[in-house]
Amino acid sequence: MDLTMFMQQMVNGFSLGSMYALIAIGYTMVYGVLRLINFAHGDIMMVGGFLGYFGIVVLDLPFGAAVLLAIVGSALLGMASDRIAYRPLRSAPKISLLITAIGVSFFLENAFNVFFGGVPKAFPVPAYLENVVDIVGLTMPVSAIIVPIITAFLLAIILWVLYKTKYGMAIRALAFDVGTVNLMGIDANRIITLVFGMGSALAAVGGIFWAVNYPSVEPMMGVLVGLKAFAAAVVGGIGSVGGAVLGGLIIGFTEVVVIAFFPELGGYKDAFAFIFLILILLFKPTGILGIDFEKSRF
Amino acid sequence: MIKKEQWMKISFVVITLWFIWFANTHFDEYTVRILNNIAIFVILAVSYNLINGVTGQFSLEPNGFVAIGAYVAALLLVSPEAKQYQYAIVDPYPFVLTLHANFVVALLLGGAFAATLAACLSFPVFRVRGDYLAIVTLGFGFIIKILAINTPEVTNGSLGLNDIPEFSNLYWTGGIAMIAVIVVLNIINSKYGRAMKAVRDDEDAAIAMGVNTFKAKTLAFCTSAFFEGVGGGLLAALLTSISPDLFDFFFTFQLLIIIVLGGLGSTTGAIIGTVLVMGGSEWMRFLDEPMHLFGYTTTAMPGMRMVVFSLGLIFIMLFAREGVMGKRELTDLLKWRKKGDK
Repeated sequence: MDLTMFMQQMVNGFSLGSMYALIAIGYTMVYGVLRLINFAHGDIMMVGGFLGYFGIVVLDLPFGAAVLLAIVGSALLGMASDRIAYRPLRSAPKISLLITAIGVSFFLENAFNVFFGGVPKAFPVPAYLENVVDIVGLTMPVSAIIVPIITAFLLAIILWVLYKTKYGMAIRALAFDVGTVNLMGIDANRIITLVFGMGSALAAVGGIFWAVNYPSVEPMMGVLVGLKAFAAAVVGGIGSVGGAVLGGLIIGFTEVVVIAFFPELGGYKDAFAFIFLILILLFKPTGILGIDFEKSRF
Repeated sequence: MIKKEQWMKISFVVITLWFIWFANTHFDEYTVRILNNIAIFVILAVSYNLINGVTGQFSLEPNGFVAIGAYVAALLLVSPEAKQYQYAIVDPYPFVLTLHANFVVALLLGGAFAATLAACLSFPVFRVRGDYLAIVTLGFGFIIKILAINTPEVTNGSLGLNDIPEFSNLYWTGGIAMIAVIVVLNIINSKYGRAMKAVRDDEDAAIAMGVNTFKAKTLAFCTSAFFEGVGGGLLAALLTSISPDLFDFFFTFQLLIIIVLGGLGSTTGAIIGTVLVMGGSEWMRFLDEPMHLFGYTTTAMPGMRMVVFSLGLIFIMLFAREGVMGKRELTDLLKWRKKGDK
């Protein structure tokens, strides 16, 4: 293995890790405010991929407009899922919420399966994303480079919203203590809906990246990615946006690097995220950057 | 002097045995097949309910334990000669070919393997609580499936094992279901069962009262894994072929619907839930077929059942969170009728 190939695997790992990170942020934010593993988050990412596909193939939109359609559509879907399925259960035991989330997840998967078919559909990737560029001896498609850049840009926006705006302050306060937030005159339900919208929008971008990378979309594509992204969020420390990014990068790197160096372990690549998750929970129950989540978050 | 509760147990056994005999001699093959399925899922649901409903530990792993039981039983039941021709991807390990046992031993070993694994897993799994437990058990269930795909020397990889002798019949499935129900009920009504319920209701308070919560959780986990393993063996001997895809997360999801519909924590509820869900999913097959609505014929929509099922789960959670039985048992209902309180 020469240096060029090593560097190339690093960039691939960074690219895959960025995708996990984008989805993990949605998990970590929802968990932060609701203490809910939103099992349907991976499927919202799938819906994002599909909306992008419909935008390009059915509505004949340019790529950028299709991405915008995917982001807006997924954000609305995420907010709707909160309004319909989770809000009525705010005072219910947490297990009810978790079961509802599993129900929403299965509903989205199966509804897309029934109405659009389970066969993967080829995703029309714009030519400029498939162009191969040559940077200091590394040859790779534009998409592999653009993914981490867009992720960093979106992360900056999220951090700005969280730490520089009133809404961000409300979200952080909500993560800290729901009861007091209501006393302070903040409409907790509105803020939670906002969190679902933000997380789902990021998931849609992740779904588009995924569709571009593998060029296809199918109803089950969100299941495994979603679970791995959740594992990434826990590994990084759930409730921490930085932790979600770190966890996503670790899981992405591991997957790419282990397969590059130990091809015989390829069959196990989907299990790495969970093995990591279990090890982290054994030795550091709050994750790498996690704070004691009974005390404070974000 | 036999107490009222013992009379109930005896009548339960007698009625069940009579029903098994009656069904086996009077019903057609299709109905018996469905009843077999229901009996196996009663075993799985009642034992899954022990850890999920009674102990309140949200485990998402039954698919893993069922897979272990099914694979162990299948490897023991398929004769060495038949095995020789099945392995298509790689040659099996020599010891795999020598394995052979009769049905009872195969089932018990399947259960024992699952229970042993559960005992080992309880150390990492019960270090965490609540949502984390759900995701860790989900992870373990997933890893078991990945292992089944990636160890073709033992499991024949994604092709799975075929030509498993069809040992399961209503006497086996129904009889074991009855035993499982009695064992689980006895555990629930023992001091261990009270410890499990204490863990569910308030773990910190239980610890403060001196309950060994780890022991209670592990006992529930292992018992449920044992019966899930046995159920897996029965399933393998009913379906005659198994593959890793059979044991993905959907399997757990189905059991989850069953116990939630029946009422988390109620054994009677788990049985009712099984009959409703398994019977309902047979009945709802028409949803997958072309339908005639208002003079129009819709195209066949395979998978429509699953959409209806997931919507059903959401609706139960939103509007009837307690399920059919809540936490009550059949005996509670009888008491309520007599005394009019509680």
